[in-house]
Amino acid sequence: MDTFVQQLINGLTIGFIYALIALGYTMVYGILRLINFAHGDIYMVGAFSGYFLAYQLGLASEPSLLGLGAVLIGAMIMAAIVGMTIERFAYRPLRKYARMTTLIAAIGVSLFIEYLFVARFGNAPRSFPQLLKLPGWLPQALQPDQNGNYRLFGRATISIVQMLIIFVSILLMLILQWIIYRTKLGTAMRAVSFNLNSAKLMGINTDMIIAFTFALGSSLAAAGGVLTAQYNPTIYPLMGIITGLKAFVAAVLGGIGNIPGAVLGGLLIGMAETFVVGYGQNIGIPSTYRDAVAFSILILVLLFRPAGLLGSTVQEKV
Amino acid sequence: MLVLENVSVNYGAIEALTSISMRVEKGEVVTLIGANGAGKTTTLRTITGLLEPREGRVTFEGEEIGGKPTHKLVARGISMSPEGRGVFANLTVRENLQMGAYLKKNKREIAKDMERAFTMFPRLKERESQKAGTLSGGEQQMLAIGRALMSRPRLLLLDEPSLGLAPLVVHTIFEAIDEIRSEGTTILLVEQNAHAALKHSDRAYVLETGQIVMEGPSKDLAADPRIKEAYLGE
Amino acid sequence: MPTFVKRIVGAVVIILLLYFVYMMMSEEGLFGFGIGAYPADVLMLIFVNIILAVSLNLINGFTGQFSIGHAGFMAIGAYTSAYTTVYHGQHLERWLAASIGETPAIAIVFLIAILVGALAAATMGLIVGIPSLRLRGDYLAIVTLGFAEIIRIVILNIDVVGGATGFSVPGYSNFIWVGGFAIITIIVIRNIVRSDMGRALISIREDELASEAMGINTTRYKVIAFVISSSFAGVAGVLFAHYKKFLHTNDFQFIRSFEVIIMIVLGGMGSITGSILGAIVITVLPELLRQLPTINLFGSTVNFADLRLVIYALLLIGIILTRPQGVLGHHEFGLNWLKRAQKRPEGDEPIGASKGVPIAERDAPTADSAKEAKNQ
Repeated sequence: MDTFVQQLINGLTIGFIYALIALGYTMVYGILRLINFAHGDIYMVGAFSGYFLAYQLGLASEPSLLGLGAVLIGAMIMAAIVGMTIERFAYRPLRKYARMTTLIAAIGVSLFIEYLFVARFGNAPRSFPQLLKLPGWLPQALQPDQNGNYRLFGRATISIVQMLIIFVSILLMLILQWIIYRTKLGTAMRAVSFNLNSAKLMGINTDMIIAFTFALGSSLAAAGGVLTAQYNPTIYPLMGIITGLKAFVAAVLGGIGNIPGAVLGGLLIGMAETFVVGYGQNIGIPSTYRDAVAFSILILVLLFRPAGLLGSTVQEKV
Repeated sequence: MLVLENVSVNYGAIEALTSISMRVEKGEVVTLIGANGAGKTTTLRTITGLLEPREGRVTFEGEEIGGKPTHKLVARGISMSPEGRGVFANLTVRENLQMGAYLKKNKREIAKDMERAFTMFPRLKERESQKAGTLSGGEQQMLAIGRALMSRPRLLLLDEPSLGLAPLVVHTIFEAIDEIRSEGTTILLVEQNAHAALKHSDRAYVLETGQIVMEGPSKDLAADPRIKEAYLGE
Repeated sequence: MPTFVKRIVGAVVIILLLYFVYMMMSEEGLFGFGIGAYPADVLMLIFVNIILAVSLNLINGFTGQFSIGHAGFMAIGAYTSAYTTVYHGQHLERWLAASIGETPAIAIVFLIAILVGALAAATMGLIVGIPSLRLRGDYLAIVTLGFAEIIRIVILNIDVVGGATGFSVPGYSNFIWVGGFAIITIIVIRNIVRSDMGRALISIREDELASEAMGINTTRYKVIAFVISSSFAGVAGVLFAHYKKFLHTNDFQFIRSFEVIIMIVLGGMGSITGSILGAIVITVLPELLRQLPTINLFGSTVNFADLRLVIYALLLIGIILTRPQGVLGHHEFGLNWLKRAQKRPEGDEPIGASKGVPIAERDAPTADSAKEAKNQ
């Protein structure tokens, strides 16, 4: 029971990261029907932005909650700018061509970002500074033990970083929910994703809405990057490839274009992976199969529900 | 108010409109009738900037608008209820109307305009917080017209408002068109239902395979034997 | 049977040409200047990529289905054939060599290996294709990608084929094999595209619902195209494995599938010559960028060769932005323009000279023209 709860917590932590990235895939797909393969690299850009911000602002040596917040927001803004730039210069000129063409542009952008970072910063992993530190004036009862963990019950613990990831992810998702369902901009996003031309006839500047969607998605991915770096503090230029791919799988699993679906898909894949690593040996699945878990679940789900878990029937544009 | 001069439009290599010229004066209801595929929707899409003319000039209130982005034209006072209704099925009725007023900033005016839409089509009021996708065809058409009015257009373009609707609903829609006209809004109405269109308009143009083949006061056209035979089924 | 004879002559010429280049590649080379090991490597890779690109074009370009799992089928072909040659090939080779000599023995063993690889990849294509081809568009893409990744990860966990450490394979492959199969692939795919089946596939690409309404069994055709495409990917894998002599699953990551997609999109979807062109460009481009110089720029040295992948990506984006429909689009690049150039002299005579004689009669001198000549 203790291990089960522990695995559940670990799975949720990774799952929320996948969910944050999956949201960007799903929003861009919902609005442009484009698989933005460069999105995983935006996650990496976010982590690197956070890394350099932390050192530039001198926060690496003086961890604090406020500093972490500043790094997080700074990285989100940086990634949003990068995301909008990519949309403007690589995707917008190709919008009226076949989707396969835009996909090639996306692959090109992805390779460009990856190898630009390799050329500039080298292939070797860097150690991301630990930025999270609770203020000293908090009572002893609220402070974690020296390993940064809180005891739940038995041997099950939750680390302060895990709490941070879950809390920040939920907060960001609530903000996203509010933007999409409660603001005029969000309503316009939904309108554009349903029918681009009708949206134009409303006087909506659809180019602006699409750029905003890229900015939102990219900033969530960057948050995922900084949060991952707190949990597993090694960052490197190619870190976005596999994580990005799995997050994309999560988005498809939940029903691509469907925002709650992306969250559900992310959490499912995060937990499934953790459980395969934790319990797989008992039923003959070695932990080296971890990276195959996401795809296996996806294929099984799609064979029975071709539009994903929460997706409605696929709207192919004829 | 709206003038098209020798406008030609292509879809790729295929010419959809061949040098058409037409004008809509302030306060008029002008109708454009023609068979399926004659180029009626293409004409409207060109006026609203969704398509770019290959040749010719489109001017609105004296200014050239051909090829300008659609959202800028909406800001200048052109609004359109698209063919197939084009409502946002994933948005509620109220949100659809709000999107119609996307460029309006004054909250009180928006609320007033929304009330007006609800008075014009009481059925919409009942369905206010339903998703537009759950509405019937007639209700969606009402929503599309109500939504197009939310931007307070000076020129309203209606694309096939009676398409696929029951006769009783068609009657409601044309009553609404009369009402909108009486408030001083200029209307360009595209219709396959030539009978109703000619009855509710001042002037008419007939479009055949991308060319204007006839024009004149609606009354005269309705009496013309060629129109009677080809479009009125008499 | 003039076409038949022409084809045979063509085949002989091609084989001789391949043999000629093959001789050039040997250590001494022909006339003392052989093709070095490095250009030979690039040349082999070009041919492997041509097989991959042309076969993937059958499913992506001509049938309009979006598959991005070609590397998986390539891996299947590579590993099953390598297993065959490593664990069973030696016995067979020795046994055969005793009776028919060494060179033909190797050829037979390798041919068997190619068959094994093609069949295994085709079988996997069938297993993957039947359930996934029900899905459309991007869902098909992600499922094929998923299958390819699963195949790779499963192979990574099989110790008899080396697992994570890699797998040494005998170097049976040579230029003739690879070049020959590249040509076979092109001919087979070209004939399929021009056959009734090809027309059915193209109609599926243009409008799947309408094709179904016309009585085309779309699922059946899609699966057949997918299986054929997979089996050629398998063959490419076999040839690749036995040329490189060392296999590792890293060679079959999803970026490899993307590379093939890039080749066919750049060349023009639905153009076989386009795919060939794409394969050549995408193989050669990174190699050319390796030669970039180190330049002193504003006082700091910039080694452009280090930036080759960045430049490669930029070129890729640049090409797709300037030629979004691919270099050749749906068109084929052929030698027709040469033929036209040869014909031109006939048309050089002034238009009035023909006096409106019907074309069919123009060649043979008629009685009238003979008379005219006499009168003059």
